[in-house]
Amino acid sequence: MKILVCISHVPDTTSKINFTNGDSQFDANGVQFVINPNDEYGLTRAIWFQEQQAATVTVANVGGPETEPTLRKALAIGANDAIRVNANPTDSFFVAKQLAEVIKNGTYDIIIAGKESLDYNGGMVPGMIAGILGYNFLNACTDLVIDGTNVKAIREIDGGRETVSTTLPIIIGGQKGLVEEKDLRIPNMRGIMTARTKTLTVVEPVDAPINTKAVKFEKPAPKSAVKLVSADNLDELINLLHNEAKVI
Amino acid sequence: MSILIYAESAEGKFRKVAFELASYAKKVAETLGTTVTAVTINTADVSELSKYGVDKVLKVTNDKLAGFSSKAYADVIKQAAQKEGAKLILLSSTTDSIYLSPLVAVSLEAGFASNVVGLPVSTEPFQVRRNAFSSKAFNITEISTEVKIIGLAKNSYGVFENNSTLTTEDFNPTIGENDFGIKVESVEKVSGKVSIADADIVVSGGRGLKGPENWGMLEDLAEVLGAATACSKPVSDLDWRPHSEHVGQTGKPVSSNLYVAIGISGAIQHIAGINSSKVKLVINTDPEAPFFKVADYGVVGDAFDVVPRLTEKLKAFKASHS
Repeated sequence: MKILVCISHVPDTTSKINFTNGDSQFDANGVQFVINPNDEYGLTRAIWFQEQQAATVTVANVGGPETEPTLRKALAIGANDAIRVNANPTDSFFVAKQLAEVIKNGTYDIIIAGKESLDYNGGMVPGMIAGILGYNFLNACTDLVIDGTNVKAIREIDGGRETVSTTLPIIIGGQKGLVEEKDLRIPNMRGIMTARTKTLTVVEPVDAPINTKAVKFEKPAPKSAVKLVSADNLDELINLLHNEAKVI
Repeated sequence: MSILIYAESAEGKFRKVAFELASYAKKVAETLGTTVTAVTINTADVSELSKYGVDKVLKVTNDKLAGFSSKAYADVIKQAAQKEGAKLILLSSTTDSIYLSPLVAVSLEAGFASNVVGLPVSTEPFQVRRNAFSSKAFNITEISTEVKIIGLAKNSYGVFENNSTLTTEDFNPTIGENDFGIKVESVEKVSGKVSIADADIVVSGGRGLKGPENWGMLEDLAEVLGAATACSKPVSDLDWRPHSEHVGQTGKPVSSNLYVAIGISGAIQHIAGINSSKVKLVINTDPEAPFFKVADYGVVGDAFDVVPRLTEKLKAFKASHS
């Protein structure tokens, strides 16, 4: 069983979000980058398949050399090898197209990509890969069980969940639930040492049309301070919610 | 070339997002000088769409589509777009629509911008404003393809009545057998309860509630407000509440009109998931809780004292305002 986990290199949640170059670019200065959380749940589930069902796990990312520490971290957590497509991830379709190429060249049984990345919150890449390759696709997946080529999985839906069955190969839009937070792994020293010698292949991008482009960023207007209402004056709270905020 | 929307329904009735999408489409159609067509799937009565400016409905009725299949539904939307010659397709941000949207985009070679808030910034070139960085910034995206798809963020535009004369046409797209590669075995859904995705108001509890046995007062408050209930990550990790109620960065996103946070300190990961809610009310014993910094209204007090009294007062308020 061959698994590909797609990894987004994203600013940590606690990062200050600023822009440079006339607000056209994200300011990476002083920002700590991490494996996108939704991808990390998928990676950890993949490592579980590696340990329990003899899967091999490859991680892939579309990005410049600055994203390699994030791939090395995934290797330190336990992935067997890594692929970096050497390109600026300009839009979702471009990224999906690059990853689809990696998948075509590697014949993977399971492809796991986080259902959404923390930076652009697009939520489009796993579905677009599925659209390009025509593979079975399950988004918002919270449980994944593989038996031979049979797949049983759970998808989160609005107000509940759905149990589905399908066959490999499959593309998964992953999230929390694939594993729980307590199952996430922090790389240990041995993992970090062995990650240094694992293969990280750099491939050049294929051509893809530019369908969309980020032209500018804006920050929301600063928020006014909270209005505190005394616990003894809940009538005033109801009045504010009704007459001022107009939400009840 | 009309604008096409997919008007989503659940259990045969339109979801609120369908009306928001219709309202949005109507406004954009007025700017572009065109009309709005909606495609519906297994919705018996589509007349309600005429209240929100829809001019034409392509009505699909097909037993094969009784259960949701992202691929089959995406195929229906694609064929509807081709039939109408639609150059702009609007989709919502429900779990199902997020699932199918990229499939539609790839099959139509359309540029797709998800998470769009508000009307297009400009139509020539076509630029939209999108939520990014967990609502800490907006990203202005230009779509340069001939066919364009917008995924409208929930509750980012609103529902506006705009009566129109509706024509309805039965539409029979081709549904291929290979559209059903994923088979739905079973669906577990709490019925009779508003989901977080559909709710105008969400009432959410954190560890400050001390245990699952104390959720009754939160449910009472949610009931009087017609709200969905939700919880913070620690609460779902402790199994006090099901994972489907977990809201935050790694849980469900919330963009309701009112978000009520009870006994939740406001970790940055939690805020990231609920930040696009319009109004935030925080009830917490700790005046230093970080949640107060992003809240609109706050009550410093013990939830066990405040929440039941608030529920009683809201009951009286609702009774006198209905």
